[in-house]
Amino acid sequence: MTSIESQTTSHLLDQQTLAEFIQHAGEIEHPREMIIDVLRAIQSHHGWVPDEGVELTASILGLTPIEVEEIATFYDKIFRRPVGRFVIHLCDSVCCWVRGADEIAAYLKKVLDIEFGQTTADGLFTLLPSCCLGCCGIAPAVMIRQEFFGPLTPEKVDELITSLRKEALA
Amino acid sequence: MSQTTQLLFKNRKPGETIFLKEFSANGGYQGLKTAVGTMTPEEVRELVKASALRGRGGAGFPTGVKWGFFPADKPGTKYLVCNCDEMEPGTYKDGVLLQADPHQLIEGMILSAFALQTQVGYIFIRYAYEKQAENLRRAITEATEAGYLGKNILGSGFDFELHVHGSAGRYILGEETALLNGLEGIRPNPRLKPPFPAVRGLFGQPTTVNNVETLANIPHIVTGGAQWFKDLALTPDGSGTKLFGLSGHLNCTECFELPVGITLHEVINKYGQGMWKNKQFKACLPGGASTPYLTREHMGVPLDFASLEQVGSRFGTAGVTAFDEDTCMVAVTLNLIAFFARESCGWCTPCRDGLTMVRWLLETLESGKGTREHLEMLKDQLANISGKSFCALAEGAMGPVAGLLNHFEQEIVDHIDRGHCPFNK
Repeated sequence: MTSIESQTTSHLLDQQTLAEFIQHAGEIEHPREMIIDVLRAIQSHHGWVPDEGVELTASILGLTPIEVEEIATFYDKIFRRPVGRFVIHLCDSVCCWVRGADEIAAYLKKVLDIEFGQTTADGLFTLLPSCCLGCCGIAPAVMIRQEFFGPLTPEKVDELITSLRKEALA
Repeated sequence: MSQTTQLLFKNRKPGETIFLKEFSANGGYQGLKTAVGTMTPEEVRELVKASALRGRGGAGFPTGVKWGFFPADKPGTKYLVCNCDEMEPGTYKDGVLLQADPHQLIEGMILSAFALQTQVGYIFIRYAYEKQAENLRRAITEATEAGYLGKNILGSGFDFELHVHGSAGRYILGEETALLNGLEGIRPNPRLKPPFPAVRGLFGQPTTVNNVETLANIPHIVTGGAQWFKDLALTPDGSGTKLFGLSGHLNCTECFELPVGITLHEVINKYGQGMWKNKQFKACLPGGASTPYLTREHMGVPLDFASLEQVGSRFGTAGVTAFDEDTCMVAVTLNLIAFFARESCGWCTPCRDGLTMVRWLLETLESGKGTREHLEMLKDQLANISGKSFCALAEGAMGPVAGLLNHFEQEIVDHIDRGHCPFNK
């Protein structure tokens, strides 16, 4: 196992969070239960989880990289590949679908000029289908950064994309 | 608009979250005080059994019976786990409850932990519910400062610590043994049962897993009494109120606390305010994506566990998703199966390969390229997946397929005869 000291970690986690994770892992009986917390923190800092992120998680928790990898690859909200700054999770489950999610999907693909699973050339948006987000009452809906937007219309999609583009420029 | 006694939603205000001050002012933590001050853990368990409360997470197992299997008196670490992985399409009630009033769950968990004599609790919460997770963390801090959580709770000598555990997606985590693996940081495939979690659960120790709404009901049973709680239901064998999340082709797609046993007619027409765009009701999922469809003939059916089983469906989570007359039920079922096939963890063949096969069959039929042979194959898959998978995911996935074949077989035949979907105009 690689020691944490020998790894460059600053691009993966801020050093205070890293120190807290190391301390907490030393205090609790089952540090492995922290895997998702650590992976989510790395993703939040770095945008996605690269191989070094898997290795760092393993080092913090006293696991092998493969033990972390089999967790990281199981969950659809952990990204093992680069994604855009804003990941748009579009619900394609039944409540959103009967209220027009297909039309919203087609519209998003058109205005962003990408397919599901792709990222815009400017690196701003990744579009992903998602299972039910728990937004059944405001269908059709998307989740961006764990915030929800719905019920969506093409006009509201325009507003949303414009405001996110503005945020990126600020 | 609701005349139902409000227990779980009694403090709910639009767009707000209620915390300790207001929760306490409205009778919050009275149930906990009554239980730890005047009752034994066994008396609380007996009371819950007498209340006939059934699990609110979908399966509807009687909570008191489940707790009866739990070795509360056995020494050593025992765990209480709250399942807040709410990811079944059409189900969003727990999310609404925790946005409105997180202490409802915290009090319910402390009281349940006292009844079961568990020292450690976890709330396993889905990735999308980050705001709810924040509410819960704040509520835990408040409850700890108030002496409701931690060491020697309210001077009773009982200790309980509570943690919020986040997730990162995937429906299978709602299956209780997959959830326990997820909590431990192991790949979350379901575990073989037996041993059941009550015997070997989290980290190998006795564990009870209960749904958010189930746990939140416990303090109300303690303060109101078992018979009062039973009498809240409109059906003789029913019990309590239920959070109904409405969705689909309804004018009002909100979440309501209504009596168990309310008719489908009243849910659709009074609370759902009728069908969207003045269309006719065709069918609904009565309790989430895994429950067989109800149709117009079921409008008078009381929504409760026993009465829905009698008509070949399930009460599930009471997430009611309605479909109008212009909806193709083959296409709806295809959408549902696509969800379940994608969310399969891949552990067992009936689920991993079977659901993929069913999705292909439904795609073929929906596109109009299907034959009667495909219809027979669909029936064959139903017979060979249901009851033969490792966990309940594939069983639930086939619920809508069973409903499709029971109520809408003619619609499948129409697709075959016409060579296209009759609803694609």
